[in-house]
Amino acid sequence: MAEGFNQFRADFPILQQTVNGEPLTYLDNAATAQKPNQVISALTDYYRSDNANVHRGVHTLAERATLKYEAARKKVQTFINADESAEVIFTKGATDGLNLVASTYGEENVHEGDEIVISITEHHSNLIPWQQLALRKKATLKYIGLTPNGEIDLDDAARQITDQTKIVAITHASNVMGTITPLKKIGELAHQHGAILVGDGAQAVPHIKVDVQDLDADFYVFSGHKMMAPTGIGVLYGKRQLLEEMPPYQYGGEMIDFVNLFDSTWTQLPWKFEAGTQNIAGAIGLGIAIDYLNTIGMAQVTVHEQQLVDYVLPKLVAIDGVTVFGPHDPSRHTGVIAFNIQGIHPHDVATAFDMDGVAVRAGHHCAQPLMNTLGQVAMVRASFYLYNTQTDADKLLSAIKDTKEFFNYGAVKA
Amino acid sequence: MGLSKLNGLYREVILDHSSHPHHKHHLSQTTNKITIKNPTCGDVINIEIKLSKTGLIEDIGFTGDGCTISQSSASMMTDAVIGKSQSQALHMAKTFSDMVIGKSHSQTDLDQLQDAAILSSIMSFPARIKCATLAWWALQRVLLGEKNINEKGA
Repeated sequence: MAEGFNQFRADFPILQQTVNGEPLTYLDNAATAQKPNQVISALTDYYRSDNANVHRGVHTLAERATLKYEAARKKVQTFINADESAEVIFTKGATDGLNLVASTYGEENVHEGDEIVISITEHHSNLIPWQQLALRKKATLKYIGLTPNGEIDLDDAARQITDQTKIVAITHASNVMGTITPLKKIGELAHQHGAILVGDGAQAVPHIKVDVQDLDADFYVFSGHKMMAPTGIGVLYGKRQLLEEMPPYQYGGEMIDFVNLFDSTWTQLPWKFEAGTQNIAGAIGLGIAIDYLNTIGMAQVTVHEQQLVDYVLPKLVAIDGVTVFGPHDPSRHTGVIAFNIQGIHPHDVATAFDMDGVAVRAGHHCAQPLMNTLGQVAMVRASFYLYNTQTDADKLLSAIKDTKEFFNYGAVKA
Repeated sequence: MGLSKLNGLYREVILDHSSHPHHKHHLSQTTNKITIKNPTCGDVINIEIKLSKTGLIEDIGFTGDGCTISQSSASMMTDAVIGKSQSQALHMAKTFSDMVIGKSHSQTDLDQLQDAAILSSIMSFPARIKCATLAWWALQRVLLGEKNINEKGA
C-alpha cells in the first residue's frame, strides 16, 4: 500500500518542514524532484575529497574523479539498458539533448520538403528545436493528434508518418496529463518509413522502467533533476552508428583527437559530444540517484505511484466543479494529474494550496499548443513521486475543498 | 486552517473587482491600444485607451483572461486613471510598481491609486506580484507607445 513507502521520506530533509505553518505537501514532482540525503552527500563528498578535472590529469584526485564520473555513465547505461556506455552522453538535461540532436543529426539529415513529426502534447523542449529546424530547412513540421481521452492517437500517427518523414520525436510520458505514449509502436511506424525515433523520457525515466533497446529508440533523452539528481545534468542516449556519423555539437577541450592549425579530428564516443569541463558532480549525483531508485526497484516505484493515482484520481473526478484533463482511468496515468476548479483561476488555486502547504504547478506547463487544443489558458497540475503518501493525496483533496469554500463563500470582509 | 491567511490577499474589494470588473469592454473609439502576454502563466490583457486632444485619458477599457488578482488589478487601474493626464497616469503606474515591491510612497501618491492601493497586500505573496502589475505594465507601455509585447519582468 502507498503508506508503505513512508520509510523513504526520512531520506528527504526538505520534506521535513512546514510551509506557511502547514506540513509541506510537495506535489510538484513533474517540475523537479526532491533530493535524498544520499545524493546531497555525494555532492559534498565529491567536492570535499575528490574534486579534480576528469580525463586530463595524472594525479590521484584526477584519477578518482574520472573513475567516479565514468562509473556514473556505466550506471546510466545499465539503468536504461543501452548496449554500451559509449552511447550515453552527459548533457545539461533533456532540453540540451534534444537541441543536440536537432542541431547535429537534424541539421545533416533533414532537407527541404522532408517532414518532422511530433505530437500535440509535446513540451516546448521537444517542439521548438524541431519547429526551428523545420523553418531553417524548409521542411514540414507535422503533429500527431490526440484521442478524445487525451492519449496519442496511433491511427493519426500512421497517417502523419510517411516516406517523407525523417524524424519522429515524441514524449514518452506527458508532462501535463500523465499519459504514457506507446513509444515502441510509434518507433515501428517511424522505422517502416525510414525515419528515426527520438524519445523524450523526461517524465518517464524517473517513474517507469525504460529499456532503450526494447523501445528501439534511435535517440532518447532525459533530465537528472526530475529523478532526484541535481539540476544541470541529463542524458542523451543514441545508437552508436548514428552518433558516429554525426558532427560534434560543440567544439573545445576534451572532445578532440588531434588539433592542427587549420583542422582537427574528434575523439571517440561518448566524449566527442562532451566539449569542455562537464558537470562532474552532477553526473556522480545522477549515479547515486540511480542507485537509490535501484534499491527500491523501478517496478516498486511505478506500483507506488499507481496506487496513489488509483486512490486520488477517482476522488478528484468525483468532486463537483473539478475537471480532470486526460484519461480518467488511473491505469493510463503516471503520477501526473492536471485539473481545473470551475470558476477559480489556476494561479489563485495554487496560491490557496500554498497556504495549506500544498505545492503544485499552475500555468501552461510549457505546452501551449496542448493548452490551446484543450481550450484552456492554464491548468493546475499535481504530480506524485515515490516519497508521496496517501496523506499527501488527502491533503490535496482537502486543499481543493478549502479553496472552493474560500472562493465561493469564505472571503472575510476587508 | 491554512486558508485563513488568504484573507490578507483576497480582500472583499479585490474579489468584487474580479467578479464584477469595471471597464471590461472594448471602446467604440480607440486612440491607443496594446496586448500584453504574461508568458509564465498564459494570461493576456488587452488595453484600449481614448486620449483627448489635450492628452487626457478620456476613456479606457480592458479585455482578456486572467486570475483574480490580474483581473481585479486591471479593473482598479481603469478606475484610477480615467480622466487623468498621461503623465499623471504614468506617475501612478510608477507608484503602483514601487508599492507592490515594498518601496515607500507619499500618502498622496497612494491615495491617487484609489482601490488599487489595497494591492500592497500582494507583497506577502511574491509569486503573485506579476499578476498585480500586468495591467499597470500594459498601461505604461501603451502610453509610451509600444505595442504587443511580452511582459518579461515585474
